[in-house]
Amino acid sequence: MKPVTVLEAIDQALAEEMAHDPRVILMGEGVATKRKALLAEFGADRVRNTPLAEGIIAGTAVGAAATGLRPVIDLLFAPFLCYAMDELVNSAGKLRYLSGGQFAFPLVAIAMTGAGWGVGAQHNHNIEAWFVHTPGLKVVMPSSVADFKSLLKAAIRDDNPVLFFVDIGLAHTEGELPAQEAAVRLGEAVVRRIGEDATLISYAKTVGVCERAAAVLAEEGVSAEVLDLRTLKPLDEAAVLASVRRTGRAVVVHEASRNCGVGAEIAAMLTEQTWATLKGPVLRVGGPDAPAPASYPLEQAYVPQVEDVVSSVRRLTRSAAAA
Amino acid sequence: MLAEVNVTIRRFGADPLELLNTMMLIRMYEERAALLQRESGAPGTCTAVGQEATAVGVVAALGVDDLILTNHRSAGHLLARGASPSRLLAEALGRRDGYCGGKSGSLHVSARDLGVVLTSTIVGGELALATGVALSQQMLGRTGVVACFFGDGAACEGRFHESLNLAAVWRLPILYVCENNEWQAFVHRRETMLTDSVAAWAQPYGIDSATVDGNDVEAVRAAATEALASIRKNGRPFLLEAQTYRLRGHFEPDDQGYVDQQELASWRLRDPLSKMQARLLDQGIIDQAGLDALSVEIAQCIDAAAVFAIASPYPAVAELHTDIFA
Repeated sequence: MKPVTVLEAIDQALAEEMAHDPRVILMGEGVATKRKALLAEFGADRVRNTPLAEGIIAGTAVGAAATGLRPVIDLLFAPFLCYAMDELVNSAGKLRYLSGGQFAFPLVAIAMTGAGWGVGAQHNHNIEAWFVHTPGLKVVMPSSVADFKSLLKAAIRDDNPVLFFVDIGLAHTEGELPAQEAAVRLGEAVVRRIGEDATLISYAKTVGVCERAAAVLAEEGVSAEVLDLRTLKPLDEAAVLASVRRTGRAVVVHEASRNCGVGAEIAAMLTEQTWATLKGPVLRVGGPDAPAPASYPLEQAYVPQVEDVVSSVRRLTRSAAAA
Repeated sequence: MLAEVNVTIRRFGADPLELLNTMMLIRMYEERAALLQRESGAPGTCTAVGQEATAVGVVAALGVDDLILTNHRSAGHLLARGASPSRLLAEALGRRDGYCGGKSGSLHVSARDLGVVLTSTIVGGELALATGVALSQQMLGRTGVVACFFGDGAACEGRFHESLNLAAVWRLPILYVCENNEWQAFVHRRETMLTDSVAAWAQPYGIDSATVDGNDVEAVRAAATEALASIRKNGRPFLLEAQTYRLRGHFEPDDQGYVDQQELASWRLRDPLSKMQARLLDQGIIDQAGLDALSVEIAQCIDAAAVFAIASPYPAVAELHTDIFA
């Protein structure tokens, strides 16, 4: 099968879901301009350009979702979600609960983020943890071409609001789509590499960093498992716990800043639930508490590197050996 | 008691007495809610005392297929639409029999069966959601118009402008109802706007508008009826501004120490209930004895609502974890 890029996989998912369900519509800044094939296939009624106004795009999606449509909105870059926070957090996340279950909000908000294009902190800010910390929202951040397609389809079919983050650095990477598409549900992590001595827990672009780190570690005789979370909420706690109970060592790796990030939550969970089997502290490799710079070397310094992950695992395995 | 908790949309006929008794119901409901707060430790609440004519006049003009989005001052809109005072008060007290099972409290009450959807207490929140609800109406071939209630405070939010612009561009069936009550929480409107009128802000977006005396229920009903006809005929949104006044404070309890007493007194003279009562007495549609009997009847209804609400149990603690996800 011909390889496709992540962006093409996203387009395929959108096209298939729009064909599957006439209630699915796509709105955003330039969606009709840039996604000509979708516009041609589904028409201007269902593929809608909008004003450059994220708040009203999100609000319109929330109102439409509660009353019979299944909107997908493209908000372009994650920092732009700040303009849409009331609609996503206070409305989509809370009005089902506050109304005693009278409404559901089947909508997907897509946004890109992450280092790789040197766009700077107002286009690159990994804010996924904000939404994990918010009730009523699901958060997806895939790493593979196949997952981008199958998880976007699953997100569109989900009856809840889903934040779907696209790592900029992965946008043009190519991959094969399986001939027989696997039905992936939200909330299922996947083991990318089996290992026995340590678990590298990650999502999005840094899954690749972990896989390369695992290859380096293998040459040193350390067998590292790589777990791709894929969905940050609901979090596949069972998969995380099962892996770490087996390996006894965990390093959480993500590009978002460490403080109060997803890694902090996972480290706390592992401490609470796997203390007896842990052979060392749960370590985190993540970005600094700084805005993401545009300058290439600074941007690269921001992002977790293979060496950072390798040295974290070495710290854990050597302290165990010393003990 | 069961008859008290119906969910039927009220259908207003031509009888002007219906407008009056609905306003009286709202007034007594809100004053009771404030009293329960003051004397029985009920949670604080926002009232719209003084704005009853706007709520009743607009809702009376709506059809059963039309939808309503409202805000933290929603009791008038809900009761005019036919909400049970018992269930509404139970909700305000956080009880199981409330419209939202007690999870809303008084601030964000939705009653989907009445077409009152997605109530948001974030000022301006309803303006951002109305476009989506109207888009569903438009795309799914439903004929109902979306009536969106907001205040002059919300008109100063960016979402007001985003909402009007998008609704105009997409020709969404929205009746924007600005209840200009002169107060934006604790700040007088004259401190925050250079114009006296929100309606003037509609025209640059290509939206027709009208301004009406928001304390004259029949004038509001007539203006809303015309606005709805315009929306249905032209396929474009419309903004109706009702000039009214919030006679109580922002959030109970509130001593209104920040309110100009002369201004308050002048608006008390324009009380929408007194105005309608005087008119109907003058027209011989009701006499004083009839009015007194009506007052007693509504007071009994509110008494029964209070009994029902206070007797309603709190939700089970397990409800903390329900209705988070679909």
